[in-house]
Amino acid sequence: MTTDLRTEPAPGLPTERAPRPRASARARLGSAFAMFRNRKSITGLAILGFFVLVAVLADVLAPYSPTKVDNTARLQPPSAEHWLGTTHLGEDVLSQVVHGTRGVIVVGFLAAIMATIIAVVVGVVAGYLRGWRSESLSALTNVFLVIPGLPLIIIVASMFDDPPLVVIAAVLGLTGWAWGARVLRAQTMSLRNRDFVQAARANGEPLRRIIGHEMLPNLMALIAASFVGTVTAAILGLTTLSYIGVIPVNTYNWGTILNWASAQGAFRQNQWWWFLPPGLCIAAIGVALSLINFGIDEYVNPRLRSAGERARAMKKRGLDVNDAVTAVRTTPSAREDA
Amino acid sequence: MTAVQPQLPTEDAVEAGTTATTAVRGRSRVPWRFLAGRAAFYLFTLWAAVTINFVLPRMMKGDAVSQYLSRNRNVSPEAADALRSLLGLDTDKTLVQQYVDYWVLLLRGDLGVSLLHGLRPVTEVISQALPWTVGLVGFATVVSFAVGTVGGAVVGWRRGSRLDALIPVTTFLATIPYFWLGLLGIALFSVNLRWFPIGKAYGVGMRPEWSAEFVGQVIHHGTLPAVTIVIASLGGWMLGMRNMMLTVLDEDYVTVAQAKGLPNSRVLWRYAARNAVLPQIQSFALSIGFIVGGTIVMEMVFSYPGVGKLLLDATNAKDYALMQGVFLVITLSVLVANILADVAYAFLDPRTRQTEA
Repeated sequence: MTTDLRTEPAPGLPTERAPRPRASARARLGSAFAMFRNRKSITGLAILGFFVLVAVLADVLAPYSPTKVDNTARLQPPSAEHWLGTTHLGEDVLSQVVHGTRGVIVVGFLAAIMATIIAVVVGVVAGYLRGWRSESLSALTNVFLVIPGLPLIIIVASMFDDPPLVVIAAVLGLTGWAWGARVLRAQTMSLRNRDFVQAARANGEPLRRIIGHEMLPNLMALIAASFVGTVTAAILGLTTLSYIGVIPVNTYNWGTILNWASAQGAFRQNQWWWFLPPGLCIAAIGVALSLINFGIDEYVNPRLRSAGERARAMKKRGLDVNDAVTAVRTTPSAREDA
Repeated sequence: MTAVQPQLPTEDAVEAGTTATTAVRGRSRVPWRFLAGRAAFYLFTLWAAVTINFVLPRMMKGDAVSQYLSRNRNVSPEAADALRSLLGLDTDKTLVQQYVDYWVLLLRGDLGVSLLHGLRPVTEVISQALPWTVGLVGFATVVSFAVGTVGGAVVGWRRGSRLDALIPVTTFLATIPYFWLGLLGIALFSVNLRWFPIGKAYGVGMRPEWSAEFVGQVIHHGTLPAVTIVIASLGGWMLGMRNMMLTVLDEDYVTVAQAKGLPNSRVLWRYAARNAVLPQIQSFALSIGFIVGGTIVMEMVFSYPGVGKLLLDATNAKDYALMQGVFLVITLSVLVANILADVAYAFLDPRTRQTEA
């Protein structure tokens, strides 16, 4: 990846010199989020924000307690009383889904924060240093990449009788940082030889400042992408583990609901209100996260966006992007039309 | 005399081996340093995997024998002790001694015996499950790779057209949790439409044999799992190929090829796709490694008698010998796939060899 990541704001006009420190601070903050400033990322962030809100306000939003047993209303299809129907014990499915959001969001973000911190530290340090220290950190990364994740998680998670959410998040984070570290190391290695880093080194800036002030801003897009990727992986990991039953079924999340639904034969008896909503929620959050990542991808590699736009623009003028010969012949006539 | 003598490469230049002369000799230098580095990495990873494998069961609560005893009441304490020493769980040995023993047994190809499967050797149990996993998931992976790569190339080539809509659709299918997709497939095609049987690799009462009926059964049972795997993994292949195509199509050699007046199909497949497929081939080699271990969930949903189900059952029953054996086989296959990916890349892309050496 050789794309230059522009994170510094354009130099301000001379007249703006007086309020510059504050303006540049705001501009810097804005530029740190520049990769989210496109339609795809904003849509993704909106969906994600919705789920975060649901997780925070779960107690207010849920019409019933997720474990409230109602023997008179078992396996009811959706009605005005129970919008998403009830389970085999008469529990309200909507309340379970709403409360389940909390576990998913908490574990997803906790795991991703842990994994990203490890990835940044290992990746940037391994990319900046040279010699055996860089090589050994890189070897460590590769070992974690090669060791199969899900089997390891299953084995580790089964070590605990009743693992709290933090432990699950830690296990998911510890097995999920390697990919980000590898990408960050490659990018740091290419940044290390750029002029501005060389200049900072020649000026005698300390290592912590070179890494913190010169390199990290240029790595923000990659860090964000690896964070988002880890959230996706952690959410899929958590729901899968809950469905398999490695995580005890008394902590509610979407995977647990599916575990119950599957164990009670909802899939064989067409109780769609029980198994469709949790799965669709996982899919929705997955789509939101991959939309955010598409946006970041297009920010890092503008060709991904411009290729489609350019082709569509040419098509409007009656040209085929893949036909070099006709393009030469028809350009004058197309210009006459315009 | 002003005529310029034609500049023939001198004997020295040929000996020194410029880029041109190596090409003429048709033999590239063997990148020993690169090879040694990779070999060291693989040995280190192997050591790390085996060590993790050794440590994990010893960190877990409750040992295999007490689990076994709780399932089988009529085992005498002497027999329990004998079992412990048979499984290498004697408490009177130091951890270092156990570790050395573990390696010695491993190098002899002895993975111990499985408590869950009537004390049969672990190697035997695994080798019975392996063909099912490799056959089904291997087939699905190849299909998914081929369809996704060809599709991604076409979508990248026809950029800006309606085909662009395929990318979000396949990505959506890839973000759905696999087990849910599988369960939906069962609910729709097995329960309601009755097109496919529910789970298992072949019908009840059948014995594995090479007969038309049995093979037909296996195909009938395997279709739904294979299709769900393809659906779930197609998006990644397609997106990767399409993104690479967009990058490659901007290269000068593609413009030159078109300017020369080559037919579009030739530019697409021989010039653009051929270069864009390199990272795909590397990920394909890597995904070969995950064939063995990556489908635990599929095998659970469809109760398919493969390696993943073996690992799940072994973990639930705390059958450590089997668990370690399966984990080792999974890790080994990933390592072998990584070596394959390295070799394929070095073979296909000369730049890797040159820069690394």
